[in-house]
Amino acid sequence: MSKLRMNQAIASALADAMADDPTVVLFGEDIAAAGGPFKTSEGLQARFGSRVRDTPISEMAFTGAAVGAAMHGLKPVIEIMFMEFLGVALDQLVTEGALMRYLSRSAYQVPMVLRASVGSGTGFGCQHSGTQQNWVVGVPGLSVVMPSDSHTAYGLLRAAIADPDPVVVLEPRMLYGVRGEVDLSTAREIQIGQSRRLREGTEVTIVAAGRMVGVALASAEQLAQHGGVSAEVIDLFSLHPWDEAAVLESVAKTGRLVVVEESSLGTGWSQAVVSRVVEECFTQLKAPPLRVGAPDVPVPFTKELEGRYAPTVDEVVLRVRHLITHNALLRPWWAREEITA
Amino acid sequence: MNPQTIPIELGGMLDRYRQMLIIRNTEDLINELFAGGLVHGTTHLCHGQEALAVGLAAALTPADAVSATYRGHGIALARGMSPHVLLSEVLGKSEGCVGGLGGSMHLADPALGLMPTFAIVGAGLPVACGAALAFQTQQLPHIAVAVIGDGGTNIGAFHESLNLAAIWNLPVLFVIDHNMYGEYSRWDLTTPIEDLSSRANSYAMPSSTIDGMEVEAVRAAVTEIVDGVRHGQGPYLLEAKTYRFSGHSRSDTAPYRPEGELQHWQARDPLTLARTALLAQGASAADVDRVESEATQLVRQSRASAEGAPSAPLNSMFEHVRKA
Repeated sequence: MSKLRMNQAIASALADAMADDPTVVLFGEDIAAAGGPFKTSEGLQARFGSRVRDTPISEMAFTGAAVGAAMHGLKPVIEIMFMEFLGVALDQLVTEGALMRYLSRSAYQVPMVLRASVGSGTGFGCQHSGTQQNWVVGVPGLSVVMPSDSHTAYGLLRAAIADPDPVVVLEPRMLYGVRGEVDLSTAREIQIGQSRRLREGTEVTIVAAGRMVGVALASAEQLAQHGGVSAEVIDLFSLHPWDEAAVLESVAKTGRLVVVEESSLGTGWSQAVVSRVVEECFTQLKAPPLRVGAPDVPVPFTKELEGRYAPTVDEVVLRVRHLITHNALLRPWWAREEITA
Repeated sequence: MNPQTIPIELGGMLDRYRQMLIIRNTEDLINELFAGGLVHGTTHLCHGQEALAVGLAAALTPADAVSATYRGHGIALARGMSPHVLLSEVLGKSEGCVGGLGGSMHLADPALGLMPTFAIVGAGLPVACGAALAFQTQQLPHIAVAVIGDGGTNIGAFHESLNLAAIWNLPVLFVIDHNMYGEYSRWDLTTPIEDLSSRANSYAMPSSTIDGMEVEAVRAAVTEIVDGVRHGQGPYLLEAKTYRFSGHSRSDTAPYRPEGELQHWQARDPLTLARTALLAQGASAADVDRVESEATQLVRQSRASAEGAPSAPLNSMFEHVRKA
């Protein structure tokens, strides 16, 4: 057991994977000499030489290069500094990389990993603060995972590198500096498509991912201490494919579903979770499923407004408490405050 | 001349003439099948561009990795795909190279060094850089080749890829099959320069422009270039001037062509040029006739076998999406 910041856990996972497998290579903007803008590859070039490369600011070229290198014997791990930068290279990931296996009847495989930093909270403005998970979730052949702490960051990255198909790792950048335990023995057991139950409860199932896992846990704690609500919390660290069995089993037990996510409600992955739960647990639901997410707006810059963008513990607690008490939905803050519907 | 006594060089020329004929005949057949409503979807023919496909392939090994485009029948056949496998793919048969799941635009065979042909303009360029990076990293003697059309030089992927290949000194050959049209637009309406190879100057990359209609000249030029790329001299941009005898796709009759342009280029049909060159080099009329009838026969047999092959089964659409 060791306590690492999430960026250290990522660098550690990369180093361990490179030490284990000589075909693992890294490239991206400023990841080699500078160790990465978020220090997620610090020291790796010194240790692994030309297996760690800086690229020009050319996301399309180096994302496609990862596809081609993966088809010819390497396991590239590339870094998209901010998820928005994938916009210019999306073709290479979803239209080329994710389809090469299909278009060759598995004669070609694309064991590449694309890491990207995501999320609000840093004051970087609306072009550097989104999650954009909807660009990649649901693409056949592509897996998408999102760690919530150092432990899952290590385990998911190792699982992604070991995966024979392309995997996107969405790293909440607000968590890079947060320290947490990494238990190497259990971290290596983490698999894409799984989830983990972080708290047992009987009255409501709260499903969250990434930075919102911490919000969900803090909310569950408050709900227990002030009001005696028993909430179960599931960390859905794999967004596609996602652990339907675990969520359905939990909701069958609690009868209530709450999904907390950082994305805009109009685009969020929670839509898929709610759909499946309604399809499979319709008669067991005591209340309508509740989605706590961001409004359908760009991420605002000012600290005060940005702080209202992603769900907060206060917002989650208020709405879950209302759900438990009334078995009905309380509208989001922007509707309650009559700003917009 | 008896086949056993044909000099090696002439034999190679005859082989390449045969390959060009197979491409032309196979595509004529594909066109006929589409026109007859026997094939689903669309198709893009490379009539007029056979010399580049065959001359290029003759300079490569099967381990070299080629990314080509949706106008890829010629490259696939030149790389060694059988007409049966290609026609089966176009007809949606399970014996096609992608089991009938890909279609005319998606032809692949790693054993032939053919990555799935790319139906997005320019998309194969970065992927070829990656293949070259893998060869370089693993110290393998192979090269990557990215074939694009003239239209592909106006997309960002082209410029990013050339830049990346140059700074990493990748063993990759970029080939512009300049057939004068990007979809429905004549190249000079979309591109402000005469020779597209000059774009390599921005990346300090060696380049040249050649006539893409004479198969032996293409082979000679590419062989020399490939030797340099294979031996550490870094990437190269080759432009070959060809001409697209057909429209962009099945539905395009190319009414936008200037009058007389097609006829001007048809006078330099690469098959006619190859035939003339063969006879001039001493091949007998009987040898040339024999090769022509072999090609005709092969494509006819391939049609029958492909039409008789089983259709892609229902379960195949669920397979190979990710590792089972």
